[in-house]
Amino acid sequence: MRFVDEFRNPELIRRSAEEVRRLADPTRYYRLMEVCGGHTHAIYRFGLKDILPSNIELIHGPGCPVCVLPMGRIDDGLSIAADHDVMFTAFGDMMRVPGAHGSPLEHKARGMDVRIVYSPTDAIKLAKANPDKHVMFFAIGFETTAPSTALVLQRVRREGLKNFSVFCNHVTIIPAIRAILDSPDMRIDGFIGPGHVSTVIGCRPYEWIAKNEKKPIVVSGFEPLDLLQSIVMLLRQLGAGEAKVENQYKRVVPWEGNTAALRAMAEVFELRPYFEWRGLGFISQSALRLREQYAEWDAERRFAIPGIRVTDPKAAQCGEVLKGVLRPAQCKLFGNECTPEHPIGALMVSSEGSCAAYYNYEHRKAALVTTLGATA
Amino acid sequence: MCLAIPGKIVELVPASESLAVVDVVGVRRRVDLGLLENDKPGVGDWVLIHVGFAMSKISEQDAMDQMKTLAMLGETDAALQEVRGYGLEDEKEIRSEERDKARAAGA
Repeated sequence: MRFVDEFRNPELIRRSAEEVRRLADPTRYYRLMEVCGGHTHAIYRFGLKDILPSNIELIHGPGCPVCVLPMGRIDDGLSIAADHDVMFTAFGDMMRVPGAHGSPLEHKARGMDVRIVYSPTDAIKLAKANPDKHVMFFAIGFETTAPSTALVLQRVRREGLKNFSVFCNHVTIIPAIRAILDSPDMRIDGFIGPGHVSTVIGCRPYEWIAKNEKKPIVVSGFEPLDLLQSIVMLLRQLGAGEAKVENQYKRVVPWEGNTAALRAMAEVFELRPYFEWRGLGFISQSALRLREQYAEWDAERRFAIPGIRVTDPKAAQCGEVLKGVLRPAQCKLFGNECTPEHPIGALMVSSEGSCAAYYNYEHRKAALVTTLGATA
Repeated sequence: MCLAIPGKIVELVPASESLAVVDVVGVRRRVDLGLLENDKPGVGDWVLIHVGFAMSKISEQDAMDQMKTLAMLGETDAALQEVRGYGLEDEKEIRSEERDKARAAGA
């Protein structure tokens, strides 16, 4: 099996899979949620759920920032560019995401000045190279990208660059977890904590999940072995009736996170009172905006924002899938009207969305099973 | 954007605030070390990169593992495309700087 030969430590993977089977109490049902798009991607790609006992269900939470961005925000950003002759810059991930009147790429084809950047510093370069033009950076992402936007804004302010602004859509993962836990129709037993987000925020912010919500959480790496070991750690805690924050990804994630990055974020951003998440609705204090001293570089203050709201089609059941009430294929639209080519719901929009990942990888299923032996 | 890219620092860019040249499987680009102020990496160190910024220092072994993970996820091409994209036109600059250095060394 080509797939498995490439994995690090196949023997350890095999043993961890056995340990999962040994620890899973057959009289219980376990719902474990990961909240990182990279984990969702990895779980499907590796066919991980197929080697888990049938009473362990992996639920793919709101870990993909592109997926959870309300369509209206894209339309707002594009309308700034259209109405004020502004250069629209964004990461490549955003370019094909549809707004109500087309994606940024489609707007480019219609003549809008839309540029892909791979780093926010490149948006600054474009602003310096085009002094007669205003350059707006459409910022998106969790804490893996927010510190870079913050640092760039600190520099821009220091330099007094005039023709640049940020349309800020940065979101933060903890309030989304809280919203899911507060939702009456869900029951999650434990969380697989995000890997690279945690290199920035560290493990401390998860402590309330363990303390107040009595849910175990294990920060995890991305390899099959990492994910299996994290599931073992969660099952051990659940078996012992414990709820702690543990760090499986110690080799990369320091407990305190990246304090320089956190400092830059705190200086530049403040929490919005509320922000809309596609599929989850409005969540209080779940997103970042620029502080008052950065108003000059805040596209939302600088330009009139139409505040476009586009309601998702009622038939799309993204919220239920995000909360683990439904599996992707149980949504009425899945695979028929809603596909990665023609996404209707949020979770089909990016390859890291759980529906798109499910759609793309389902046919690979059993990649691990063949080698490791079927389970349950 | 969300999955980190591992790279090795091959050069600190003089006269810059916090720029370094990193090598990601043979592709050399400038990345910003400004978010690692507390624990500045040096030449030969490995870092994880998000959107052109080094976000954490890691061991060589972890860098290899991360590259392997990206390969297993089918993300190597996307990662290299991202790295190639850093700095817009920097590639030409870096190449010509390298050429100048080689010339200076030869002279």
